Amino acid sequence: MGAWLNEPLTWGSALILFLWSTVFLLIVLGFVTYAIYYERKVIGWMQLRIGPNRVGPFGLLQTVADIFKLLIKEDTIPRRADRLLFIIAPALAFIPSFTVLAVIPYTEKLYFADLNVGLLYYVALSGITTLAMVLGGWASNNKYALLGGMRSAAQMISYEVPLVISIVGVILLSGSLNLRDIVAAQGGGWFWSWNLFPQIIGFIVFYIAAVSELNRTPFDLPEAESELVAGYHVEYSGFRFAFFMLAEYVYVYAIAALTTVLFLGGWHAPAPFLDFVPGIIWFLLKFAFIVFSLFWIRATFPRVRVDQLMSLGWKVLLPVALLNVFLTALYLELFVK
Amino acid sequence: MSDEEKENLKANELTEQQEAMEPKQAPPPIDAEREAKLKAAAEARAARAAAKAKAEAEAAQAELDTPKEPSPRQNDLERYVRLIEDTVGQGTVKESGLNELNADMPMLVIASEQWPEVSLLLRDHGELRFSYLRNVSGIDYETYLEIVYFLLSLDNKQDVAIKLRTDREAPSVPSATPTWSTANWNEREIYDLLGISFTGHPDLRRIMMPDDWVGHPLRKDYEPLDSEV
Amino acid sequence: MIRTEELLLNVGPQHPSTHGVFRIVVKLDGEVITEATPVMGYLHRGTEKLAESLNFTQIIPYTDRMDYVSAMTNNYVLVHAVETMMGLEVPLRAEFLRLIVMELQRVASHLVWWGTYLLDIGAMSPFLYAFRDREIIINLFNELCGARLTYNYMRVGGVKWDAPPGWMDKVKDFIPYMEKKLEEYDKLVSGNEIFLARIKGVGQYDAATAIDHGLSGANLRCTGVRWDLRRDEPYSLYSRFEFDVPIGHNGDCYDRYLVRLEEIRQSLRILKQAVEQFPSDGETMGKVPRVIRPPVGETYVRIESPRGEIGCHIVSKGKAEPYRLKFRRPSFVNLQILPKLLVGETMTNLITILGGIDIVVGEVDC
Repeated sequence: MGAWLNEPLTWGSALILFLWSTVFLLIVLGFVTYAIYYERKVIGWMQLRIGPNRVGPFGLLQTVADIFKLLIKEDTIPRRADRLLFIIAPALAFIPSFTVLAVIPYTEKLYFADLNVGLLYYVALSGITTLAMVLGGWASNNKYALLGGMRSAAQMISYEVPLVISIVGVILLSGSLNLRDIVAAQGGGWFWSWNLFPQIIGFIVFYIAAVSELNRTPFDLPEAESELVAGYHVEYSGFRFAFFMLAEYVYVYAIAALTTVLFLGGWHAPAPFLDFVPGIIWFLLKFAFIVFSLFWIRATFPRVRVDQLMSLGWKVLLPVALLNVFLTALYLELFVK
Repeated sequence: MSDEEKENLKANELTEQQEAMEPKQAPPPIDAEREAKLKAAAEARAARAAAKAKAEAEAAQAELDTPKEPSPRQNDLERYVRLIEDTVGQGTVKESGLNELNADMPMLVIASEQWPEVSLLLRDHGELRFSYLRNVSGIDYETYLEIVYFLLSLDNKQDVAIKLRTDREAPSVPSATPTWSTANWNEREIYDLLGISFTGHPDLRRIMMPDDWVGHPLRKDYEPLDSEV
Repeated sequence: MIRTEELLLNVGPQHPSTHGVFRIVVKLDGEVITEATPVMGYLHRGTEKLAESLNFTQIIPYTDRMDYVSAMTNNYVLVHAVETMMGLEVPLRAEFLRLIVMELQRVASHLVWWGTYLLDIGAMSPFLYAFRDREIIINLFNELCGARLTYNYMRVGGVKWDAPPGWMDKVKDFIPYMEKKLEEYDKLVSGNEIFLARIKGVGQYDAATAIDHGLSGANLRCTGVRWDLRRDEPYSLYSRFEFDVPIGHNGDCYDRYLVRLEEIRQSLRILKQAVEQFPSDGETMGKVPRVIRPPVGETYVRIESPRGEIGCHIVSKGKAEPYRLKFRRPSFVNLQILPKLLVGETMTNLITILGGIDIVVGEVDC
């Protein structure tokens, strides 16, 4: 993939790139379909339910049916809504969620863009989705949606900061913003050389901030259904609503992949003698574990309150993340240099 | 045993069970013995009824003969009446009595003009301390309307019912909401359903029915504006 | 200085957390509530008016539909009022059955509250756990009277159905099961940091305010007032049993939560004693005249429902129908304090406080 990116853009290479991204989009859609199925099953088991089991064998086609239902549903736009913004918002939410996936390396060979500022690219683009949520909430001309949109703006801005700062430690250790280099720096045998252990503080801050970025329980305030009914997407229906949901699950994919890359050693095996297993398997295992943990949390925790969320972000996570940067720098200065 | 035999056996068992479960149908009274029995039973019933009537009459007589034991709550009632009359003024308590149907709960009928004063007295007086308002009911007695406040003193574990009466044409009584916040919605409900206006109520609006509803449904002579509804 | 516009937000009558068709109009400054006005009546069915043209046995099913989460206690308050007026004797076995179903109902009702309250706060799973256990109670009721929610079980003078064979053993088995589950729930939820942060110190009021607003049930007891009609104005057979009346001290949502959980425990304690003392045979229906005509006069009886003091005021003119029937509904009275508690709170706390009061809209509107 990387080779084509460096070539001059011709009609031929543009077509190839387009086809590749279409294939990738289909893979991501497949992931989303079964992530939703998996989430419903896992949470179902945790809650003494069975989960979907009617559509297709073991309910495997449930999500397909759901998406189909959403697609054929009437597309309603509230009369007093701001039409243009209302239409743009779902697309604006989805596009960055998909574009950030470009920089994620899956194995040494399998990656799309080998970007030198990969991490920065990810963080910068993912912020745009917030904008879409605020837009959607504002354009709906609904008070609940507005409150949800505002909440999501406040939440995502305050959690973006600790999220980014918590990664600084990783960047310091590997000396690169390139995600491939970051994974490569974690190689070399056993699992304790992964960033997870030297950067345990950073990992915890990153994980909490990531859950918050994803708007998932316990930080699902923008769409807190028991307070704001459905938050920013309360007026959306049909495929526009599907786009918001899609964006949310693509971000689950992105964050899980990013966590794997940054902290869990990407495609590296946890022990040298396990190297015979292909890297992609290790990547997928770690990735699946992160996804599972996100679902697990959803079944377990109640939701925090807005003010508590803010004070957690600014008063706890940010100082801790800064401390982590400081400690990492101190360690590098004293022992490595 | 063949399958058929098994089936038969099962069927037999079932019918037997059913027979056992169903009470035996009484055969029609043909035989003389049975008729005699029935006659005897009827006579016995008549005798029992007569005895019962006699016993009841005796009991009633006995009740008349022996004066009723004064209720332990008679003292409470007199105390309440005295306190109210002494503090607020003679003639405040229009009627008073114990409600025998309700474990002798004291019931006082208060002149509604004095109600705000009386309510404060009931709540704050050291001996009474009826700080808890349990319930407010409004009743349409067709000649007049009545509001009953059921009060409770959590400290003394005593209760009392206070009644206010007002005429049906322009019903109005002072509100108890300044004294007990509980009265707020209860009085709104009575206003809504019976049309009694409470003077001094902070927020007298309809509560159950829509704001533009015509009439007060719990009045005995209420006719729905639209009989289809 | 930034000037912000006030936002008038209409919460309900269709809203996931107003527990039915309750509506509250709030004025928001940002997310802070400056004024709250509850609007009721969306579920007003005129039970009291309807009752005036029905005889007493016909009214019983209507009481089921008031507090539909706790229909048994509603049944009881009506038949108890009529029995008080008429001076009827209820056979011991019937009274035991009534007490047992009422206490089971209290457990079921508190479980519903527990589950939905946590759902309001954003935790999904406890809701399903609570409903699993409530299901057992509902199945017991189903076996007893053939209905799962609106039982129509009690009659003036007794109960409609005797317990089927083996029913009491199932109740007996249920008690230790529920005790064990309760421990589990305590471990699962009561110590959760997020949960504590959400409800501690929220919706606080003191005993004087509670009494002034006529609160009852856990809403009153959470302020430290030890007042439970089962103990202080005993009705039915409660004076025979040993149980504690749990109280809180701070009068916040957390104390209400703890009081309700402890009440489940105490109900199980009562049940355990009641099942042991349950008479092995006897009538389930007392001697009742064919047409029930309470004497001329009036009476007000009150019992402790899971939500507080439920009362029934009957005015009779000696007819088969009541002249006036008024229910004192605990949800209705308890809800009055809501506007006062909400001022200065955020939207999120609105849900926490409303859930903490534990209302059933069928009862608020009656």
